[in-house]
Amino acid sequence: MQARLRLIPILAAFAATTHAQVTVTDAWIRGTVAQQKTTGMFFSITSVKGGKLVAAATPAARELQLHDMSMKGDVMTMRQVSAIDLPAGKTVRLEPNGLHVMMFGVAHPLSAGETVPATLTVEDAAGKRETVQVQARVEALGAPHGTSAGKGAH
Amino acid sequence: MTENPDSKAARPPAWPILVAILAIAAFLGVLLHDRRPPAHFHSIDITGAGYADDFHLTDMDGHPRSIADYRGDVVMVFFGFTQCPSACPTELARSAEVMRRLGPSAPRARMLFITIDPERDTPELLRNYVHAFHPGFVGLHGDAATTAATARRFKAFYQKVPAGDSYTMDHSTLTYLFDPQGRIRLVARPDMDAGAIADDLRTLLDAA
Repeated sequence: MQARLRLIPILAAFAATTHAQVTVTDAWIRGTVAQQKTTGMFFSITSVKGGKLVAAATPAARELQLHDMSMKGDVMTMRQVSAIDLPAGKTVRLEPNGLHVMMFGVAHPLSAGETVPATLTVEDAAGKRETVQVQARVEALGAPHGTSAGKGAH
Repeated sequence: MTENPDSKAARPPAWPILVAILAIAAFLGVLLHDRRPPAHFHSIDITGAGYADDFHLTDMDGHPRSIADYRGDVVMVFFGFTQCPSACPTELARSAEVMRRLGPSAPRARMLFITIDPERDTPELLRNYVHAFHPGFVGLHGDAATTAATARRFKAFYQKVPAGDSYTMDHSTLTYLFDPQGRIRLVARPDMDAGAIADDLRTLLDAA
């Protein structure tokens, strides 16, 4: 475990501007069609020291919001959340049937195979904010997604 | 009935054999009758329920549509909206998988996606959206009042939820299944897999 804790920051340091404390993998966006202004972004995020995801932004959409989807009986409910907790060392998965990032005001249709840059803001326990750059892969709107995140990132 | 009181002395009475034949026939009759409608569906059987019976909406090409327009086919009906990150694309992807599993029967199955967000879901957007999943899927829309009345008729639920300067929708996620006679028969839950729904549609087609 010690070795792994040390390894993550080292690996992350190689990834351009990615901050050493937070790693993001399997980032993907559900593709859109013409006139569709909203879609979802999903990824797995791990904070070594712990903290919370407080904001996200991308040039591909006017506004990103953090949302939580849940089922109450057969009713799907969606709520904006102010932050997503990142327990130390624990990977939190953002996926269609749970916590996710909603993209509002998508500027142009997103086609499968495109890559969209995004910036995530993570706040640690002391209130210090860091940003993480991610490249999200666009997957076809019609592609089936169960509870697992997109495949093929590795 | 073939009763003949005169023949009783000559040969053994025929009536026990008759009774036996009738009993066997009745037994077979019950068996055959039980096959149609079949007792077992994966979905919830709401045959004869006094709701979810019909709609009067407009398709993405501007044609007025009701369930009668799809007579002869089994029909899946789902209420959703295109700006939906989860339940709706999951449902439509599952429906596309149902079509694949139906194989040669697929041309006799329809998927109707009724928008609960007619304000944003223009006919063109609906078409682009449902066709991203399957070229045969149909998007239906109505004005706000018609949409609300249709949802009430199906006991479907939806409501706008503010999200920043935009909004999203909470909504029920059941799929309504109609038989080829245009009668509401089943309700499929969101956690059912495509194979189970394809089974149910095939059963409805076979019974027709």
